[in-house]
Amino acid sequence: MSNAIIPLLLDSLASAALIFFAAVGLTLVFSVLRVLNVAHGSLYSIGGYVAASICLFITSRQLNPYLSFVALLFSAVFVAAIFGPLIERSLVRWTYGKSEAVQILITFGLFLILEDLQRVTFGVQSFYEDAPMRLLGTLNVGGVVYLNYQIFLIGMALFVVIGLRLLINHTRLGRLITAVVTDREMAQSIGIDTNRIFILAFSLGVFLAALGGALATPTSGIAPGLGADTMVLAFAVAAIGGLGQIEGAAVASLIVGVARVLAIYLVPSLDAVAPYAAMLVVLLIRPYGLFGSVTARRI
Amino acid sequence: MRTIVAASAVLILAVLPVAAPWLQFVLTVAIAKGFAALGVAVLLRAGLISIGHAMFFAASAYGVAFLARAGINDLGLLLILSVLVAALVGAIAGMFLVRYRAIFFAMLNLAVSMVFYALCAKLYGVTGGTDGLPVPIPAVFGIAVGEPVFKSVLFYLSLALMLLVGLAVQRYLNSPLGHALSAVHSNEIRLEYLGIPVWTVLLIAYVISAALAGLGGAIAGFAIGRVVPDFAFWTASGHLVLIAVLGGIGGVPGAFLGALFLELLHSAAVTVTDAWNLIVGMTLIIVIMFLPQGFYGLFSRKEASSL
Repeated sequence: MSNAIIPLLLDSLASAALIFFAAVGLTLVFSVLRVLNVAHGSLYSIGGYVAASICLFITSRQLNPYLSFVALLFSAVFVAAIFGPLIERSLVRWTYGKSEAVQILITFGLFLILEDLQRVTFGVQSFYEDAPMRLLGTLNVGGVVYLNYQIFLIGMALFVVIGLRLLINHTRLGRLITAVVTDREMAQSIGIDTNRIFILAFSLGVFLAALGGALATPTSGIAPGLGADTMVLAFAVAAIGGLGQIEGAAVASLIVGVARVLAIYLVPSLDAVAPYAAMLVVLLIRPYGLFGSVTARRI
Repeated sequence: MRTIVAASAVLILAVLPVAAPWLQFVLTVAIAKGFAALGVAVLLRAGLISIGHAMFFAASAYGVAFLARAGINDLGLLLILSVLVAALVGAIAGMFLVRYRAIFFAMLNLAVSMVFYALCAKLYGVTGGTDGLPVPIPAVFGIAVGEPVFKSVLFYLSLALMLLVGLAVQRYLNSPLGHALSAVHSNEIRLEYLGIPVWTVLLIAYVISAALAGLGGAIAGFAIGRVVPDFAFWTASGHLVLIAVLGGIGGVPGAFLGALFLELLHSAAVTVTDAWNLIVGMTLIIVIMFLPQGFYGLFSRKEASSL
């Protein structure tokens, strides 16, 4: 049993890292904009498609293979720079202050549009490009061969958690964001350009989603339907952690990652049930999530 | 005037398959989805958005498949039993879910329906996994019929049910219980002060909406001849909310208007383009932005409920 624990742990962590990227952007956007973006999963898969296309191009031209790591990052920045401001300005902005039903439906409409745009642009065949994973090679842990790329994923996730914490607590932008989250009207009345904060926060959310998609492509490839699958997982993680809680999303991805890996090892037929079952149990006991706070009912 | 419009609309629907036989399947599925969307619309009147109602749609279709396998072979009996199955699932889930509001209600419905979806897809021995289960052709009032006859019977039965159930739901929405439902949306706490038990009001609405979704699921199962886990996937639930909102939640006809519009548009669009969801997504956004009362708002004289 003891030599099964380390691979089990590494598997859980790597699985958690990938889910975390998808969920953290969703929860960040919710905390600043108060909008649940149902199209978030599509931005994740668009990031994956762009990264896979660029990596395939690099391989076909026989350029320096290490460029593919740059490509992963670049594709996330590229997707965020194009889709972030565009979506926030055109659609999401219109839903501020409207009911949850309107917000969910508008972003659901966007989800349908983005899913079809991907199908038209990238076709229905699946993309598979594992150059970045092969470059990093393998590691032998207790007789079990392990991919270094998965350790790289865990490192990236930690980097994002710490980076976001530093950004929010120790930079000017972070304090402006905190002010807007705490009291939007007050922030506006003391002269904070809330529109700019909304664009930046939304684009940051898109960046994190696209980065997650880009980083996931080398391990699992990308195919139509990934956006819809990722969306519910991200949703489950964000809800477990408490919508709007970044550390909550990190802890929740660990819970979901462990639940999934345990299910795969113990009851393989139920691996897909595990994340949602975890979400259901947590939400029934604490509907506002593990780290969320209760809000008073309005009269 | 409105009665005449409604009556002529139903007449046109009844005659259409005679003129164009291929429309019969499209219209049957549209009416089935209309029932489910009506269920979603009932809850939307209380301001509750459920992204999980495809679960009841699928539960009832699976119910038909299981009951048929157990030897029950009558259309009427199968419809009644499967709607009861959906209502029972709705009562159990509803007891927990109607305590929550807004985004939490949406998320919990999603969570429950995704557990259901994953179980349907994974329990291969029971549900046939992603292959799903066949829904056989039952006898109609004890008479064994062939497939073409059965499909016609199913269509006209759905049409009749649309009228009967539609009127019943209209009565419900206009009753004190139905008005209490809309009042939950406007001000729940005042409703409590008036001594109206909000939990009970919502639970009744939830069971009704689950039964409606179940009726739609059973009809769709019969029309398609197979039930697959994708019936319960979250995007299917999203589509039901979409239909309800396109049609408008102000009145019962809205849900069916939305479903007919969407299914007919679908049949027309597939011949031209395969970017079907693109069209639907844009239509949805445009309707929400410019027509918050949905298509029903175009016909309704008085101020209809909107989102």
